[in-house]
Amino acid sequence: MRYPWLRLGIFVLGCLFPSWWLYEAATNQLGPDLGKIIMDRLGLGALIFLLITLSMTPLQRLTGWSGWIVIRRQLGLWSFAYIVLHMITYMVFILGLDWGQFGVELRKRPYIIVGALAFLGLLALALTSNRYSQRRLGARWKKLHKLVYVILGLGLLHFLWIVRSDLKEWAIYASIGALLLLLRVPLVARRVPRLIGRRGRAV
Amino acid sequence: MLIKIARPSDCKASEITPEGIYLSRRTMLGASLAGAAVAALPGVALGAEPSRYADVEPGAAPGWFKDKLGATRWGAVTVENEAITPFKDATHYNNYYEFGTDKGDPAANAGSLKTEPWSLVVDGEVAKPGRYALEDFVKPYQLEERIYRLRCVEAWSMVIPWLGFSLAQVLKQVEPTSKARYLRFETLQDPKVMPGQRSSFALIDWPYVEGLRLDEAMNPLAILAVGMYGRELPNQNGAPLRLIVPWKYGFKSIKSIVRISLVAEQPQTTWERLAPTEYGFYANVNPTVDHPRWTQARERRLPSGLFSPNVRDTLMFNGYGDEVASLYSDLDLRKNY
Repeated sequence: MRYPWLRLGIFVLGCLFPSWWLYEAATNQLGPDLGKIIMDRLGLGALIFLLITLSMTPLQRLTGWSGWIVIRRQLGLWSFAYIVLHMITYMVFILGLDWGQFGVELRKRPYIIVGALAFLGLLALALTSNRYSQRRLGARWKKLHKLVYVILGLGLLHFLWIVRSDLKEWAIYASIGALLLLLRVPLVARRVPRLIGRRGRAV
Repeated sequence: MLIKIARPSDCKASEITPEGIYLSRRTMLGASLAGAAVAALPGVALGAEPSRYADVEPGAAPGWFKDKLGATRWGAVTVENEAITPFKDATHYNNYYEFGTDKGDPAANAGSLKTEPWSLVVDGEVAKPGRYALEDFVKPYQLEERIYRLRCVEAWSMVIPWLGFSLAQVLKQVEPTSKARYLRFETLQDPKVMPGQRSSFALIDWPYVEGLRLDEAMNPLAILAVGMYGRELPNQNGAPLRLIVPWKYGFKSIKSIVRISLVAEQPQTTWERLAPTEYGFYANVNPTVDHPRWTQARERRLPSGLFSPNVRDTLMFNGYGDEVASLYSDLDLRKNY
């Protein structure tokens, strides 16, 4: 296994944030509506992990270092893990485990529908993220995992529909997302120069 | 339109408020600490006046407020079987977008707001328009403590002991003309001290504007507040003067008011202009009419803990139906949300 310490570092990082938030909650640092705050942070954390995941390939192209690709899968799985926790906190703290109400929300609220679709997409990617699935699916695997671009769009839309009055934060994440997608347009991708490292094949 | 106003003699506030607990807690604290340790800490709040509520940060009340506080009718309106939200929560979890959109932003940023001197304009369809210094404006009124539920449109709620006076009294004083049918309120606009008003991404058109129908404003439940938890309003809670209309979503209770106008036409309010399908002029608490993006059937009564999520059913008119339902008897509340 290449770069074991790097992998371990990412793993610790992924565990660190929710543990830190739990500690903050336990010591009354999150204020009176902590369930909502943790839910929001998990959602944002998932988006950030997704954006970081999507910046691995461009970074590899820019620098030629293969370490970026090694941690890409784990980063994507962290995005999925945060979304699972995000949905659990939504069920517990917002809906008070009222499953009937969840059914209503799932039918009536566009932002919930979009969020649920993004979750299903991430679920499909997480389930097929292992080597066995890669081998089984062959060329189709790559096609399937292009779904991540759609998931990013759905996630950003979900986020946009929650904004009440100030678009600044959303605009920052949306422009990073747009940039990462732009870098994948073949015409653009070909012109991204290699900054450091030897010439080599892009992965 | 019956409103249960208790006499000062049968004040029930202490049944709900932890005042007794607070005082005995302090005694216990004093007894348990070594005397020497207490003596070594001259800053310990022993010298400060005991607060009626636990853990209230003392403010720097203006002179006029201190003068009025002595004659306050404590517990003039109370709530039954409800715990009062801790002071820290009520002052550190706020929506006051002029100071930022995060719940902690108002507490962090509102310190820069200068609330003294403060002047207030009353104009429009009134016999006695004018610009008042705040201390002159509040002079005629006795302070009352009103313990009200506060239900935010975002589906969280609190219980807060306000100090203020009824809006009806003010209206009597300024004498609306026969043309006056609505009230229009305006918050301070001062981008120098209000970072939210400087954000170029803000969708809100400043200054913040709210409104009431004249008969809503005359309802005995509607007050103008100058204090909470036995002290003056903290800046993040809308100092020095704000509206409280407990049967409506919190955003109707406009903060840091600089202008009250009596008008003939229904004023367009800030949230109504921003998203007319989501926020109506009336904005009465109504569990049967959802916000288009989330349900209003339930609410999180704060504080809502990690292991004790406090989710409860929302009451029609926030539980004030007996007092206010008659205002809307000829109105379709689905259309006039």
